[in-house]
Amino acid sequence: MKKLYNTAAHKGYLLCHTCHLLSKAATHVHSIHCPRCGTRLHSRKPNSLSRTWALTLTAYILYIPANLLPIMTVTMSGKGEPDTIFSGVKELVLGGMWPLALLIFFASITVPVLKLLILTYLLLSVQFKSSWRPKERTILYRITETVGRWSMIDIFVIAILVALVKLGALATIEAGAGAVAFGGVVVITMFAAMSFDPRLIWDALENDHE
Amino acid sequence: MSQMIKAQAESRTHLTACHDCDLLFHIPHLKKGEQAHCPRCGALVMERKGNSLDYSLALALTSLILFVMANFNVLLRMNVGGRTQEENIISGVNELFVQGYWEIAVLVFIVSILAPLLKILCLFYVLIPLRLNTRFPYAKEVFSFYETLSPWSMTEVYMLGILVALVKLADLATINVGIALYSFAALIPFMAATDASLDDHEIWESLEPTD
Repeated sequence: MKKLYNTAAHKGYLLCHTCHLLSKAATHVHSIHCPRCGTRLHSRKPNSLSRTWALTLTAYILYIPANLLPIMTVTMSGKGEPDTIFSGVKELVLGGMWPLALLIFFASITVPVLKLLILTYLLLSVQFKSSWRPKERTILYRITETVGRWSMIDIFVIAILVALVKLGALATIEAGAGAVAFGGVVVITMFAAMSFDPRLIWDALENDHE
Repeated sequence: MSQMIKAQAESRTHLTACHDCDLLFHIPHLKKGEQAHCPRCGALVMERKGNSLDYSLALALTSLILFVMANFNVLLRMNVGGRTQEENIISGVNELFVQGYWEIAVLVFIVSILAPLLKILCLFYVLIPLRLNTRFPYAKEVFSFYETLSPWSMTEVYMLGILVALVKLADLATINVGIALYSFAALIPFMAATDASLDDHEIWESLEPTD
């Protein structure tokens, strides 16, 4: 026997996502604005599923060039060597810099892949109206929301290295097209996480009772 | 008597909805330092921090000073065979532009310089008038913008990037650390403390028109 809960949507309340004020939704009104801060109110984020799907799929596509194209090229004494994300990690391992290799592996490979997989799973679970472990799925959502920013490390390292290593014929470092694609993946998955509405996870439970 | 107190306490509860699972429930009146979590999904719904505006303003002012120092000084200096190369945050952005990667240049500029700076300035715009018992026009919009900016301000991630770059270059050359790096390292806990000191529910309540 499950406990029956009241939800704001069920009782006709709208929560303002900007200032957290709860308002009673008036009937027959098409657009409602928050009486306190003026933000347009929605019971659920508008077109949450289709927007999140679109952004997630875009991120999947961009993820391919992000990994295949070089993110930067180190030229030392005239010899240039393009580095992809993965070869960068491999070089750190070969150089014996294990902690650094693990950090970059986690930030540049684990986090984006995990984020894309979690978003896909959440989208599918909502689409198929799964009522399995909603609390844990909400926690998964919170993780994707907070951890995504750390993928930016590699981009920042490139920004620092290109400006610092400008030694003419001795050594130069140039950014690569892979970095643009990777930056795109990070930004687009952040937008994808923002457009996903975790309340949709819980809506499946609601329909069970009715 | 005890029933009266109980009734009084109940009248001070108010209805709210969870932003993560949409559960409708009553939260009691919170005392300073108390938190309210959603009974269904566990989300942190409200926290009464009870810090004074002066406290947040002091932290924001410290952050601003450190931000300026971090951006107008040398971050890293590299010595190789008698040649010295200096860099700071903006020169990294500039070099990406020069190399033709304007997309990453814009991205790095926004998340490491523009967003943190705007965040601090937005706070001043909202908090200083509140401290003086007044409100500037568009204070609500500015505070809402401050909250939107939060995920895009990535100073702590940039700091980790600096450390990675330092380790990577350690074999190649002698790297000297500039004042900007220390300022930047200090900026991170101060910005985090500024954000943590703010009670957004309380600020929204004080921005509400009372007239």
